[in-house]
Amino acid sequence: MINKDQKINKRIFDKDCEQVPIRTGFGQGLLLAGEENEKVVGLCTDLTESTQMHLFRNKFPKRFIQMGIAEQNLASVASGLAAMGKIPFMTSYAMFSPGRNWEQIRTTICYNNVPVKIAGSHAGVSVGPDGGTHQAIEDIALTRVIPRMVVISPCDAIEARKATLEASRTKEPTYIRLAREKTPVITSEETPFEIGKAQVFFDSISRSDLDKEYQGLTLMKSGVTIIATGALVHKALVVAEEFRHKDVGVIVINLSTIKPLDEKTILENVKKTGRVVTVEEHQIAGGMGSAVSEFLAKTFPVPIEFVGVKDEFGQSGKPEELIKYYGMDEVAIKSAVQRVLVRD
Amino acid sequence: MLSDDQIKSLELHANNIRESIIEMLMEAGSGHTAGPLGMADVFTALYFHSLKHDPHNPFWEDRDRFVLSNGHICPVLYATMAHRGYFPVHELLTLRKFGSHLQGHPHREWFPALETSSGPLGSGLSQALGMALADKIDKGESWERFIYCSLGDGELDEGQNWEAIMLAGKEKVGNLIAIVDRNNIQIDGFTEDVMPLEPLNKKWESFNWHVQEIDGHNFEEIIGAIDRAKAVQNQPSVIIARTIPGKGVPMFERKPEWHGKPPSKEEGEKALEILRTLGGRIKGE
Repeated sequence: MINKDQKINKRIFDKDCEQVPIRTGFGQGLLLAGEENEKVVGLCTDLTESTQMHLFRNKFPKRFIQMGIAEQNLASVASGLAAMGKIPFMTSYAMFSPGRNWEQIRTTICYNNVPVKIAGSHAGVSVGPDGGTHQAIEDIALTRVIPRMVVISPCDAIEARKATLEASRTKEPTYIRLAREKTPVITSEETPFEIGKAQVFFDSISRSDLDKEYQGLTLMKSGVTIIATGALVHKALVVAEEFRHKDVGVIVINLSTIKPLDEKTILENVKKTGRVVTVEEHQIAGGMGSAVSEFLAKTFPVPIEFVGVKDEFGQSGKPEELIKYYGMDEVAIKSAVQRVLVRD
Repeated sequence: MLSDDQIKSLELHANNIRESIIEMLMEAGSGHTAGPLGMADVFTALYFHSLKHDPHNPFWEDRDRFVLSNGHICPVLYATMAHRGYFPVHELLTLRKFGSHLQGHPHREWFPALETSSGPLGSGLSQALGMALADKIDKGESWERFIYCSLGDGELDEGQNWEAIMLAGKEKVGNLIAIVDRNNIQIDGFTEDVMPLEPLNKKWESFNWHVQEIDGHNFEEIIGAIDRAKAVQNQPSVIIARTIPGKGVPMFERKPEWHGKPPSKEEGEKALEILRTLGGRIKGE
């Protein structure tokens, strides 16, 4: 059942559910952040409209720096601005930032400990026709491995807007992962958002289902906790709704902050099912699923199946074709759920 | 114009700093020798004359900012700051040791009076440019402080520098002053063999920078160049300081092999003897 507390979009399962690109939410959030705090500055590498920074640039031209196509300089100039008290937001495609400028981000931003906010747009294979060179499916791994970095992967445009505004209020270096294509609007204005807080969007387990004793804990006979991030949260919800009719209890967690990990929410909800499927548009190696399994392996080891890219590069195609080809669509999530349900 | 007394005083400070550099490196057993000795005069001019700063109030908001991009020459920065009063000189001997605030490459978390952490080459100028842009956003052309950046010449092989040089030219940041240590050596040999940089002045000029070339061991030239750079309003400035790597200790001078190694005990003692007698001109202590 949709968790009513989270006040997510009621039309989530409708065929004509509204669709908005996640990056649009970033652009709106940055504009709000700029209005709220004059220390917010924007830097972009010749991709101002594409990363949606043009809204900020148009309103605050003096606080916008056009960097040209130079991502390494982007990261370190942002660091210098932050050292003087600014709150810089720097944008490019995720492939180039944090891809090309990873060491500058590590040393001049995180090692220096300055509050630079990095927005990586066009992440995931859903960039589509541009092909594999432009499909960042390693960026979560690249950013979450750096000490101090906060990593956020919003599930829709509204959450991206809230995350961007929230990020402008914190002191931590922060990476915000954005996608190009229109994707379903999952949340609503009323959905709570807090950096570092995972949310249970769906829970079809009732108290009476929790009837099996296992390692001193009550587990339901047949259940799974799906932990998803980014736009694929929608597909996870669709699969959960299907399983609801098949006597399989499903919990869906929207893990929009990948670092720091909301260990409490994950543990509480994994203890109810004892089985996990992680879903992300990213390499399985090093991504969100890895973060979850690193935590569960030491605290509550359970069977886990990973939905994501399996050590491959992307290619050209329509976003939906690619999501299917690389095994991240509803069929793939369903099959991962079935696999994890029969594991010992 | 500097008076003779001023010059003599700066020379003495520089000599003390060179002695400290040798002592630190001998004690640490690793680190870079040539670059720090070569830049001792420029750093002395900055910290004992040109920079607006306060050793007793290192976080003074209106201070000039000094960004060390070539982090590996940090012994000269540490020694200069200690002699200028930022911390006790005897702490210099903790260089590169476990728990020391004098990390092998500068880390501002361990030593907060530093403006940045550095070591990975090529990113300091970008950071200094970011600082200069912050003041430009706030103050337009009426900035009250300058942003200095020290760079190595070999470091200019890094492409990121040229991204920063291009952007600084575009943004006309007159409050940014870069100082290049033109000592002609890098780890693998002479710069012009490893990766030719000449004509270096024309390169900067063509990116719309104000360029000066000076003798990096002549205090009048160093300080005069900094004053002229400060007077340039609508262009970033670069001072190409021609220096002798290992300056002050003849056996280390102009030799690429001294780029990245410390003196042995014997070599160090010999070097200290030379420095303490000002090359035999006076009697050592």
